[in-house]
Amino acid sequence: MVAGKGGVGKTTVTATLARAATRAGQSVLIVEVEGKSGLAGAFDQPPLGYEETELAPGLRARTLTPDEALVDYLENAGLRRISRRLASSGALDVVSGAVPGMKDILVLGKVKQLEQAGAADLIIIDAPAAGHALTFLLSPQGLLDAVRVGPIRKQAEDVTAMLSDPDRCRVLLVTTPEETPVTEVAETAFYLEDRIGVALGPVVVNGVYPPSRVPVGIDAAGIQNEAALLDVFVSDREAADLARAADFRVERARVQATQVERLERMLPLPQIHLPFLFSGGVGTEELDELTSAFTEGVDTLAAA
Amino acid sequence: MIDDIIENRRIVITCGTGGVGKTTSAAALALEAARRGRNVAVVTIDPAKRLAGTLGLDELTNTPREIDRARWDPARRGTQQGRLSALMLDTKTTFDELVTANAEDPEQAQRILDNRFYRNISGALSGTQEYMATEKLYELHTDGGYDLVVVDTPPTRHALDFLDAPERLMQLLDNPIFRVLMAPTRAGLRIAGFAVQAFLRTVARVVGREVIEDVIAFLRAFEGMEEGFRSRAEGVRALLADPATAFVLVTSPRREAVAEAVFFADELEKHDHSVDALIVNRVHPLFGEANADGLRKRAMSIAEQATGDGSPRDSAAVRLSALYENLSDLSGLAAKERRQVAGAAERVRSGEVAYVPLLPHDVCDFDSLHEVCRRLFDHGHGDDVAADHDDATDAGFEAGGTTGGR
Repeated sequence: MVAGKGGVGKTTVTATLARAATRAGQSVLIVEVEGKSGLAGAFDQPPLGYEETELAPGLRARTLTPDEALVDYLENAGLRRISRRLASSGALDVVSGAVPGMKDILVLGKVKQLEQAGAADLIIIDAPAAGHALTFLLSPQGLLDAVRVGPIRKQAEDVTAMLSDPDRCRVLLVTTPEETPVTEVAETAFYLEDRIGVALGPVVVNGVYPPSRVPVGIDAAGIQNEAALLDVFVSDREAADLARAADFRVERARVQATQVERLERMLPLPQIHLPFLFSGGVGTEELDELTSAFTEGVDTLAAA
Repeated sequence: MIDDIIENRRIVITCGTGGVGKTTSAAALALEAARRGRNVAVVTIDPAKRLAGTLGLDELTNTPREIDRARWDPARRGTQQGRLSALMLDTKTTFDELVTANAEDPEQAQRILDNRFYRNISGALSGTQEYMATEKLYELHTDGGYDLVVVDTPPTRHALDFLDAPERLMQLLDNPIFRVLMAPTRAGLRIAGFAVQAFLRTVARVVGREVIEDVIAFLRAFEGMEEGFRSRAEGVRALLADPATAFVLVTSPRREAVAEAVFFADELEKHDHSVDALIVNRVHPLFGEANADGLRKRAMSIAEQATGDGSPRDSAAVRLSALYENLSDLSGLAAKERRQVAGAAERVRSGEVAYVPLLPHDVCDFDSLHEVCRRLFDHGHGDDVAADHDDATDAGFEAGGTTGGR
C-alpha cells in the first residue's frame, strides 16, 4: 500500500515500485482506489477502468473505487439489474453511510479476494491521501465495533488479519523533503503502527534534488573570475543569472538535507530517495530513471 | 483583478486539488484583505498544524476567532479598521447546529442527534463536509457581520462536491428509498416495487436489521424538517451564484494538479460560474531567459576544458560548467512548468493569473504569509529567487511561493 498526502508523488512512487518489481521478475497488479490519477498517463495509456488493463509486460492495473466495489458486491448478491440505478440515485451512499467504513471494507475485501486468488505476485494499492490514509485503514476496526454479526463483520475480520500480517501487507509511506510533509508522515507512521497495527516498509522520500557541483556562495564577480581563467566570455547579465540560480540550488539542497535529517530523527525507518526530475513530468524516460534509483535504494537497504 | 476580488467581493472560494497550497492561498488572500481595511473571516478545512497554530486554530471551535492585530500586522502597515478572524470547520458540530436550528422543538432535535445513523453520516457521509462548508459560509455571510468571507474548500478529488452539495442533499431526501422507508403502510412498499424491496432485504441481511431501523427512525424524526433544509439549500445555491462571490482556482505546475484545475474550471462553467483568478503556487523561478538547450551546450563545451589535474583551470572548468548546467536545468524546468500551466491559465476569462514561487521555507506564520501576499499582489514586478533579492529581471514570469503544499 502506497500512502501519502496530496502532492508528494504517491502515484509516481506507485508506478516506480511497480516497474522495479516487474524488472525483478514479479507480476504486478496496481489497484487504484480513488480513480482519476495520472497513473495510466505515466505509461502513455488511456485512463484505467474496473477491468484490468496491461500497462506494460507483467504489469496490470485497474480501478477499485468504493462505489464500484459496492455495485460489484450487490451484483454478486443477485441484484445486478437495480444496483447501478441505485448507485446513481445516491441510495447506496446512504446505506454505506449508515455503516461507517462499509465502503472501505468492500474495497479492502475485494483486495483480499484478489490476494487470495493469487492475482499477482505483488498487489500495489494506491491508497487515499485524505486524512493521510488513516480513515481508510481504520475502517475494519470501526466496523468490528459497530457490526456484531453477518457477512460484513466476517469481511472486516479477514481484512484486519490481512492488514496486520507483515508478510502479507506493508505500507510504504511517501513524502517530499519539506517541513509539513515530513511532520505529517511521521505522525501517520506512528498512528498506523499504534492504532492499526499495520507494518511499515521504508519511507520513500520523493523529489530529492540531485547533488550539484555549483560552488556555494558564489556571486557574479566570482563567476567572472572563473570565466577569465578559461578565456570564456560571460556577460554581466548571464553571470548574475548563474549566481542567482546557484543560490537557489544551494538553498534548496540545504533545506532538503535539513528535512531528510529531521525525518530520520523523527521516524526510525529506512529511507529510499527518489531524485527530483527537471523534466517537469513523468513519462517513460523519467520512469526508467526513477526505477533505477528505486532499485538502487532497495539494494542498498538489502545489503545493509 | 485579484485586487478587485479581495477589495470588493463578499465571498471568495478557493478551489483546487490537494497539495497545491490552497489553504495557504486562502489565508494569504484573507490577510491582504484585512490589511486593506476589511473585516475578514477565513474558513479553513484541514490546515497544517503550524499554520493552524498561527491562525489561532489550536482548538476546534466552530465560530471564528479574531486574531490579534499585533500578530498579523505588527508593524501596523495596514489600514486602520481591518480585522482578521479564522475558523477551522467542524463538520459534525455544524450539522448538529443546523439540525437544532431547523427542528420544531428540542425533543425532535435530540431524537435526531441521538440517532445512530445520523451520528454516522454527520461525520462520514461523502459530501457532508462539503455541504457543511457551504452551510458555514452561508451563516457567516448572512449573520457574521463580515465584509468578506474566504472559504478554503475540502481537498476532495471531486470538484462537484462543493458546488453540488446542496443539490445532492436534496436529491437524497427525494430518493425513492426514503419515500418507501418513511411510508408506514404496506401500500407504500408495494408502490416502490420488488426491486427496492429486494434491495432493502439484502441490505438488512448484509449489515443487519438495526441499520435499516436506524435509518427509518432518523427519517421519522426528520419529518417536517425537509422544508427548512430545502430552503437553506436554495439560499446557498443563490449565494454561490451571486456576482459578489468569486472563485479562485489554485494549482501548482504539477501535471495532475493542472489537469484537476482545468476540470474544476470546466465544471464551474457548467454551473454558470467562472474562474475569477488563478493562483499557481510552487513554481520554479525563471532566471534570465529560458534557453535550456543553449545553456546545456555551453556547460558541455566548458566541461571539455576540464583536465582532471586539479589545477585552477581545471577547477574553474568543473565549477563553471556545473553553474551552466544548473542554470540550464532550472530555466528548462521553469519554462516547462509555465507551458504546463497554460491549459489552466486559458480557462481564466479575466486573464488574472498570479504565480507564487517555491520559497525556501514552509508558509506557516504571518511573516511568510506576508511574503506570499507580496508575490500575489505585486504585479508587473520581477520574480525573485528568495526573500532578500529584489532585482526585476523577470521576463514576465511572476513569482511568489509556498512550499507548504496545502
